[in-house]
Amino acid sequence: MKVPATLDVNGVRYPIELAPNTSLLVAVRDAIGLTGSKEGCDDSECGACMMLLDDRPVNSCSYLALQAEGVEITTVEGLADGDELHPLQAAFLAESGVQCGFCTPGMLVSATALLRANPTPTEDEARIALSGNLCRCTGYDGIVKAVLRVSADSST
Amino acid sequence: MTVTSLLVAKTTDEAVEAMAEGARPVAGGTDLVVGARQGKAALPDRLVAIHRLEELAGIASREGSIAIGALTTHATIASDPLVLERLTALADASAIVGSHATRAWGTIGGNVMNASPAMETGGPLVCFDATASLRSRSGTRSLAVADLFTGPGATIADPDELLVALEVRVPRVGTGSCYLRLEYRRQMEIAVVGVTAVASVDGERVTDARVAITALAPTVRRVPEAEAALAWGDAEGAAAAVAAAAAPISDVRASDRYRRAMAAVIARRAMDVAVARARGDVVPVPANQRYWGSAR
Repeated sequence: MKVPATLDVNGVRYPIELAPNTSLLVAVRDAIGLTGSKEGCDDSECGACMMLLDDRPVNSCSYLALQAEGVEITTVEGLADGDELHPLQAAFLAESGVQCGFCTPGMLVSATALLRANPTPTEDEARIALSGNLCRCTGYDGIVKAVLRVSADSST
Repeated sequence: MTVTSLLVAKTTDEAVEAMAEGARPVAGGTDLVVGARQGKAALPDRLVAIHRLEELAGIASREGSIAIGALTTHATIASDPLVLERLTALADASAIVGSHATRAWGTIGGNVMNASPAMETGGPLVCFDATASLRSRSGTRSLAVADLFTGPGATIADPDELLVALEVRVPRVGTGSCYLRLEYRRQMEIAVVGVTAVASVDGERVTDARVAITALAPTVRRVPEAEAALAWGDAEGAAAAVAAAAAPISDVRASDRYRRAMAAVIARRAMDVAVARARGDVVPVPANQRYWGSAR
């Protein structure tokens, strides 16, 4: 049985209908059609589904969509400003922080949350904060460099 | 089973009423939703979402005790100055639950009522003599967190009882504490072996101690033999007592033999940090980061 709900994603209000057990990830991907957030493990291990709820990171595969009514949801699609990449996205490209790209949306969102909470993390802090996001390609070096590059750029 | 309804409660009364009618609570969903997918337990037929109940979130200092609302997130607990100073082991534990995404939404109430033998916050709560307030339509009762757990994933709470708050007695000045776990990953991990140690000192001498084990028995529980040894100044003996008290399982993460062997190691480290903190040494929270080395 579906119930009506309105989700506010990246500043747009989407009226949709959801079964009560629908995860936020499935709601945003299937009901709304924003497929940037990925389903990796569907088990809160990999972080590929990470979104922001009012600035706080959430593993959206394990959060019920109906609980996200009334808060601002940000997905990877909400980071860029039109055609202007978010500084983290530009830094991921510059530092080769992307290979297959599957973890990238979650990495970007996780790094966004990190930098909002701690604008100038040390390398250790960046690595530890991103430990909830698994990447099977890059070896993490490019990703961490990208985060530190944005941090350095914003602090100068 | 499919979820037929989800009510977003606006008041605690409304939530408790829904639970009396058979609904089950969900806050951050970090255990409930994941558990449903792993096949541990299907999502309840009827859910009441309690995440908007601000009256159940927050940390308040009372005379001699600290009250922690059930909906207080791990992130809030791990950064609370009072918890960091006086209940350091609880900050150690809250700071390593899940990842920053888990800590932003996961609550201490959920961690407690999920009652995993590997839960991070249970050992500190038990060692700090925490009490839990359970509320139902018929009233509120308080009981020791130590008496709450009856087995893996099981508590003595009735299905219609909502954990609303935890109250922790503030240990005396000169007390240090530590929660430490064996882990394979720095985030999205739960204890492979965990030990909580609380030590009160008079000068150099340990006068009183508490020790609890995590992921080493069907429930988190204290180890009186280890407490007696540590209070006697015998950390080595206390660590051996922890290993002797351990009755771990073998699972995909570790064999029982490995867990028992590591129990003594983790216990020794946790006790060393607790005593050091009691003596005024600064050991940053979470204590686990002491053993992370450089991330590179």
